Amino acid sequence: MTPSEKYTAAAYLVVFVGVLAYVLIIASKLQRLQRDVASLVEIARAHDEAGGNGSG
Amino acid sequence: MTTYDSPVMRPTKDNRLPMLAALTTVLFAAAMALIFFYAPTDQDQGLSQRIFYFHVPLALTAYVAFGWGAWKALLHLWKRPEEADLESYVAIHQGVIFGSLVLLTGTLWAKISWGVWWVWTDDELVLFLVLFLFYCAYFMLRYSVDAGPSRANMSAVYALFGVVLIPISILAIRLSRTIATQHPEVFKAAGPQMSNAQFFTFCVAWAAMVSLFATLYNLELAGKRLDAHLRELREILT
Amino acid sequence: MSYASAVAALLRKDLLLELRAKETLPAMLIFVISALTVFHFALPDGSNHTAALGLLWIAIVFTALLGLTRAFVPEREQGTLEALVLTPCDRSAIWAAKALSVLAFLILAEVVALPAFAAFFSGVNGRTVAAVALADIGIAAVGTLTGAMAVAGRARELILPLLFLPLSIPIVVGGIGASVQPGGKYLLLLVLYDAVFTLLAWGAFEYVVVET
Repeated sequence: MTPSEKYTAAAYLVVFVGVLAYVLIIASKLQRLQRDVASLVEIARAHDEAGGNGSG
Repeated sequence: MTTYDSPVMRPTKDNRLPMLAALTTVLFAAAMALIFFYAPTDQDQGLSQRIFYFHVPLALTAYVAFGWGAWKALLHLWKRPEEADLESYVAIHQGVIFGSLVLLTGTLWAKISWGVWWVWTDDELVLFLVLFLFYCAYFMLRYSVDAGPSRANMSAVYALFGVVLIPISILAIRLSRTIATQHPEVFKAAGPQMSNAQFFTFCVAWAAMVSLFATLYNLELAGKRLDAHLRELREILT
Repeated sequence: MSYASAVAALLRKDLLLELRAKETLPAMLIFVISALTVFHFALPDGSNHTAALGLLWIAIVFTALLGLTRAFVPEREQGTLEALVLTPCDRSAIWAAKALSVLAFLILAEVVALPAFAAFFSGVNGRTVAAVALADIGIAAVGTLTGAMAVAGRARELILPLLFLPLSIPIVVGGIGASVQPGGKYLLLLVLYDAVFTLLAWGAFEYVVVET
């Protein structure tokens, strides 16, 4: 590859890697949110069993 | 069922994300095809001129993001819609991401064209660095203040300072320049300095970038809203 | 109470406080002289006048930062800011008084720093003095607003330079330009900066100190 080709490829790669890294960060945040939801479901269940015999 | 009055508990209206993501994919595929198979190779610069098709749209989109963030900040201070603070923050976050990509592609292009990674005599490069530092400080400010109306106000004021800083910095940097700029001036008053094929490719690439911004903006915003929903739910339950 | 008398009363309070405590101004004076001494050793032998002028501007900006970090500390420590916000006067009067007191300290520090610079390095011309005076206005206006923001956060003193330095770049460009190049365009840049940012800071301050 000529230097020109190398640098052009690097420039485009940088953009795609940047966007990919961003998506990865968002994905990890999504996982944290999923864990949050799961723990909230647990809390809601515990509430339901403790308090509401009739309603559940 | 319980009705929630909280603004963050409103169900997400028609979800634009899938459509935006699809549009971005199509536009990016088209842009890449046009850049590498349609646009003519520049006679002076050769292949590396093609960095331009990503570099400049990224820069323009970063400005769009900063402008959008400032507009939302102004809305927040003026009419106080509930979500303006969050929207302003997310837009500026995107602007900083696009801005760092601009700096990276810009230094790569500078290295191949001028043989150096950085030149202080270049207006746009310096301006972008100043803005980048300014908006990094914006995040430091946000992280150091507890969430609440006070933080929202301060962030909005600082974001507005940013859009005022842009023209004044352009003026200052233009004045401080001692020798003529090396940055290619593509957009002159007489019209874009490129062939029709190049201009068309550039427009598609810019559309792709703006669409990418819109997608990521909505994606991050959806995540933040979900986060706020869950926090509220946790408060209700515990 | 009229706007002017409110500003005057608040300004008198700040100046009296400084007169009693003697915290900010002596620190700024010693800092600026120490900085100039450090710069003398930082400059290699045979450096020209232009390089020294650049260092003068660094000294001015950082001395201002030193004063600004102190500006809102007494308010924070004694909780006076909350009380001031609750008073019926226009909140921008708080900003105006604080900016004027910062300006006064800055000018006093420079009254010592400029002759010291002239003695240590080389003379300062009239344009430099005019540029310093114009820069002070911008520094006080923007610095007071960012100072109020910084003091509200957890990071306090740490964050003020981060907030202030990017905003001060046009001031430094204008100041250096006016010092080393003939012609009034750099002074005009400083005038423009002062006008725009003073107005913006004056209008924006009431949003920064909202009662919670």
